[in-house]
This record gives sequence, structure tokens and C-alpha cells, in this order.
Amino acid sequence: MVCVCPRIEMESGFNMAGLLGGALIGLAVTLMLLFNGRVTGISGILASSLAKPGTDGAWRWFFLAGMFAGGLMLDRLDPSLFVNRTDRGWMVIALAGLLVGYGTVLGSGCTSGHGVCGISRLSVRSILATLTFMLFGFLAVQAFQYLMKGNP
Amino acid sequence: MKSARLRRDVVAFAVGFIFAAGLAISGMTQPHKVIGFLNPWAWDPSLLFVMLGAVGVHLITYPLIRLRQTPLLDTQWHVPSREDITPRLLAGAAIFGIGWGLAGYCPGPALTSLVSGDLRAVLFVACMILGMLLFKKTRH
Repeated sequence: MVCVCPRIEMESGFNMAGLLGGALIGLAVTLMLLFNGRVTGISGILASSLAKPGTDGAWRWFFLAGMFAGGLMLDRLDPSLFVNRTDRGWMVIALAGLLVGYGTVLGSGCTSGHGVCGISRLSVRSILATLTFMLFGFLAVQAFQYLMKGNP
Repeated sequence: MKSARLRRDVVAFAVGFIFAAGLAISGMTQPHKVIGFLNPWAWDPSLLFVMLGAVGVHLITYPLIRLRQTPLLDTQWHVPSREDITPRLLAGAAIFGIGWGLAGYCPGPALTSLVSGDLRAVLFVACMILGMLLFKKTRH
């Protein structure tokens, strides 16, 4: 099996695959800004693609198609990149999806729009949003594990 | 102008492709890595390196690109300019964060994982879309 990600994970926790993949994400959002003058906010792209079919919004469908094509290629190269080793059940995943969908539209962004693009342009809104969703992500993980231990 | 729109569509496809490849290569399509990042007692620093790589590149390219009058394929910028900190922003981020920590998926990795055939990713994306539509029904 071909593995496309260099696994140079030393004892220090240095993660070459993370850095390299992250740099690719940085390249992607750079191209979007340079050519199309837009922020690559994935929740915003998805939400708007649901609302406005066709005409000027077609680029959003092309972006999503590109994501599917990229995912398909990497899945062919190394399926282990898409393994989900969490113990989250169907109900938890469904609730999580609802919260992510609702929250990202309410808060105007997710990890890509606020986390990558917003922090890179030093937007205070995005920095605060990122700190907030990281804090509440941490709290959700702790709460989930506490409840799982409490109700075996 | 029609050809400019077509070129923008091609760029959007390429950006989606590269973004998805970056997410998969960096391990962000494996939800246990994301949950591991949010758990200091079994810490997985992967997401930190992803953010360092992505922001490290764009922190440099963003101001350089904005020296231009316009983007290469459009007559104007479409970059958000709001600076107000609203309850809505923070409440939305908090709700998103709870969902993110519960499943270990945020929108990008979930969409990228759809094609892998993992039914948990499919369920997550379906409910995420439902949540977005729910917002539009109740708030506007």
C-alpha cells in the first residue's frame, strides 16, 4: 500500500505530515484569494451553495466537486487516512452534525474561514471565534468522556 | 466576462482539490486526531502542526496579495471586513465547537471524507446540512 504521508513523528511530537498538509491548505487558500479574491470558508461555501442554485454561485459547486475529487484521490492512494477510530455512536454524530451546521452559520465561519483565513489576516473577530470554538470543543470532549465513564 | 467566470470556476475546483488533499495528508480526516487535539490528557498535537503550516503560509501570502488593486480573475475583493464582536459570533462559535468536539469533524474534513464511504461521515454531513437549513428557517 502506498502511503503518501511522510510519517516523521519523532519523540518530540514533530509532525511532518501535519505541517506539509497544512502548507497545502495554506497554498489552496492563497490561490483562492489571488485568483478569485475570496476567502476559503468551507461552511460558508456549503451554506450558500444550498441557498443559491446556479448563475454566479456556480463556483461553490466547483469547489465542492474539487473537494470530493481530492478526497477520492487520497482515499485511493491511502485509505487509512480516512479511518475513524472514535467511539462516537450514531446519535452523537447526528447531534454533532446539527450543532456544527447551525453554529457555523450563526457564527459566520468554521476552522477554515475563521481558523485559517481569518487568523492569517489578523482579524480579531476570527481570532476570538477560533479561541471560542477550541475552548468549547475541549469542553465537549471532556463532558463526553465524563458521561461515558459515569454511564458504562 | 463569461470566460473569467469559467476560469474562476476552474480555480475553485483546483482549490477544493488541493484543500482536500491537504486535510487528508495532514490526518484531519481522522476524527480521533482532532478529538485528541482537544484532549490534553491524551494529547495529539497534529492539528497544531496543520494550523502552523496553513497559517504560516497564508500569513505571508495574504498581505502580499492584498498589495494588488484587484484579484487576477475578478474586478473586486470579496474579503470580509467586519470588525464588530457580537454575541451571535461567539454563540455560533461555541455551538460549532461543541459539535466539533463531539464528533471530531468540522465541515472541511467531513465533506472530504464523504467519498471514502464512511457512513458516519455521511450521517454527519447530512445532519450538518440540516442544521444549516434549520438556521435559515428559524432566523430569516
